[in-house]
Amino acid sequence: MSEKIGVYICHCGSNIADKVDVGEVARWAQGLSDVAISRDYKFMCSSPGQEIIEEDIKTLGLTRVVVAACSPHLHEATFRGACARAGLNPYLCEMVSIREQVSWVTADRALATQKAKALILGAVRRVVHQVPLDPIIVPIHSDTLVVGGGIGGIQAALELADSGTHVYLVEREPSIGGHMAQFDKTFPTLDCAACILTPKMVSVGEHPNITLLTYSEVEKVDGYVGNFNVRIRKKARKINEELCTGCLICQEKCPKKVVDDVFEVGMAKRKAIYVPFPQAVPKYPVIDVENCTYYIKGTCKACEKFCPAGAIVFDQEDELIDITVGNIILATGYDLFDPRRIPEYGYGRLPNVITNLEFERLSNSAGPTSGEIVLKDGSVPKVVGIVHCVGSRDKNYNNYCSSICCMQSLKFAHLVKERTGAQVYNFYIDIRAPAKGYDEFYQRILDEGTNFVRGKVGEITDVARSPEEEGKLIIQVYDTLAGVQRRIPVDMVILSAGLQPRADAKEVGKLFGIACSADGWFIERHPKLDPVATMTDGVFIAGCNQGPKDIPATVAQGAAAAARIIGRIQQREIQLEPVRATVDEEKCSGCRICNGLCPFNAIVFHEDRMVSEVNHALCQGCGTCVAACPAGAISGTGFSNEQILAQIEGLLAIGIRGTPETVGV
Amino acid sequence: MEEPFEPLIVGFTCNWCSYRAADLAGSLRLKYPPNVRLIRLMCSGRLDPTFVLKALASGADGVLITGCHPGDCHYVEQNYKTLRRYLLLRRTLRGMGIEEGRVKLVWASAAEGLPLVQEIIAFTEEVRALGPLKWPQWAEQRFQEPEEGIIACSVESREVSA
Repeated sequence: MSEKIGVYICHCGSNIADKVDVGEVARWAQGLSDVAISRDYKFMCSSPGQEIIEEDIKTLGLTRVVVAACSPHLHEATFRGACARAGLNPYLCEMVSIREQVSWVTADRALATQKAKALILGAVRRVVHQVPLDPIIVPIHSDTLVVGGGIGGIQAALELADSGTHVYLVEREPSIGGHMAQFDKTFPTLDCAACILTPKMVSVGEHPNITLLTYSEVEKVDGYVGNFNVRIRKKARKINEELCTGCLICQEKCPKKVVDDVFEVGMAKRKAIYVPFPQAVPKYPVIDVENCTYYIKGTCKACEKFCPAGAIVFDQEDELIDITVGNIILATGYDLFDPRRIPEYGYGRLPNVITNLEFERLSNSAGPTSGEIVLKDGSVPKVVGIVHCVGSRDKNYNNYCSSICCMQSLKFAHLVKERTGAQVYNFYIDIRAPAKGYDEFYQRILDEGTNFVRGKVGEITDVARSPEEEGKLIIQVYDTLAGVQRRIPVDMVILSAGLQPRADAKEVGKLFGIACSADGWFIERHPKLDPVATMTDGVFIAGCNQGPKDIPATVAQGAAAAARIIGRIQQREIQLEPVRATVDEEKCSGCRICNGLCPFNAIVFHEDRMVSEVNHALCQGCGTCVAACPAGAISGTGFSNEQILAQIEGLLAIGIRGTPETVGV
Repeated sequence: MEEPFEPLIVGFTCNWCSYRAADLAGSLRLKYPPNVRLIRLMCSGRLDPTFVLKALASGADGVLITGCHPGDCHYVEQNYKTLRRYLLLRRTLRGMGIEEGRVKLVWASAAEGLPLVQEIIAFTEEVRALGPLKWPQWAEQRFQEPEEGIIACSVESREVSA
């Protein structure tokens, strides 16, 4: 086999040339077998630099190109483009990182030059085995699945639907709205959460381009970008949605009361047939079969008797819905940190120690007390303590900052003061109020006369040490500004519990083929430059499932994910990197070892022919199956065995010091 | 005077984490010995154990395998498969009479330029302490006079059994 390889060594100004004798390397490379031309140039990535390569391809008929410059992550696309312009398949170009891996990290010039030669020889040997590749083109189905009906999912669904494409919005609970529907006011503007959220919920419910599937969960996801097949389980509401008018006489007449530990976080009761809250979308109620008297005892049927539309269907079954979508947005939100994990804070044991979400319900005019901020005995608190960073910024629980608790605690301080006139203490580690209007809000709360104590609360107890502590909750804290231990008696404690990944985030991630970080948040494709895409093409994330964030950031991500998808739908098709695994059916023994190794379910086994096959649109090109095949029947484009083995030989043909004996072999 | 021994090490990196950590080490201008030469794979799961044996047989004194931290794999969970193969490979090497310490698996995220460099420096010293492997030279000698070797071996074993 004889190839005509062009080797190009970049000076990168002085970045490479200072440590690597580029002239010497170029002269040496000229003597390697298969190398037709070797040049060095000040900036290979510049237009004249690229033109040198293009010219050589045309005049010398180069069949392979090796560029020794910076990391391929910076300029691989640049040099592939140059090759393509000159008529050479772009995948016949190989880059060698002699800046990041040689000149920047090696102290000695002679040793650096030697290492550069070794890396270049590896690439020259490797590139011979590269084969021309074409990008994989996949059509994009114009429907989109949005999972999660909180504010992030709502925003994404509306953006997509308004662009004229169809959206399936799947929500686990009986109504969309998410956590935001539970809130009273939103910081820093103190708009009423329901006033800004419910119009959007109504738009979702009425939008002709949105199929709303509440009380539903995704069960199975097959397929790949552009063409996902999704199975959704629509749980039986026991209501005929065609007939139900949403009059809620059933809810009124139902004799069974149950503690509502979802929407009202255990603060109030609901009926066994219910809508979670008055503005719920859709308006249809749902029968809680675990608590409904009819399902337990076989009698009652009060709802059926009183329903004027005859919409109650006791024997309704779960429905399985199969849909095809081109892209998926996960906006699955967060769980609240459970403060019971910090026993010294007394949550669950001391009645007037409540969480942030409980306070949201307490202060909400549609909540259990109609917005009266009162203690468990119904009296109005005179002193209220708000504890920041509960379960956040704490190596015993979660290391990260939950990002919203400072602003939320400041909002609580304002609401408590406004509604009860109580004295308020905020216990904080640092105040983090970085976004638009946030620090101004902090200044406003300071001016309102709220007390701020800097220090992490050690204990909340009802054991009094002095007469004035009698009957109070005592907050024990080390005040790090005053340098003293303090005991502050209060009537009510609000714990600003942090945000946590959903308890089932790992399983959901697995279902959609995306990964979670060590903390359990979904991992974005790039933390700065690609925050809503994931490593699985066609699956996007938005909102708190990617990390703690406030409402504006969640809305921005929902819209961003939608924009990415709208762009794709307009393109109608997508180009995928052709780094894929392929099974040679002649060699495949049908052992199926590879089948279980693929996390993307890209390998299918054909029972009739007893061979495995890789679906190229699903395959992400990791190469794990290639490495595992005992018959050597699977090959991986771009990273084939031949390429890598040749590269290993090349790399090792040159010693650390001195001149290599094997040059030219 | 003979030159002091410099270990030759091949490092396999994952495109998404450790290769980027090496990029970062460069951007930070961290210095490490030129003994380690990196090969980029898309995922540590692509590492066929043959690659490690090929490297050792081609003159490497050690092989460094790097991948994403457990739970952080860009292909969901392929680094766990790397871990399984690595443990099996170490046993195979032991069976072949090669020190297990010549092969090392290290997790490095894209943000861990400094930890990767520290691992490279430490591993270089570990392999230096083990001394040269000399597999190619050994193979050359071995295949030049295979007959005698086998006969000598069998005579010896016959004596033992008798």
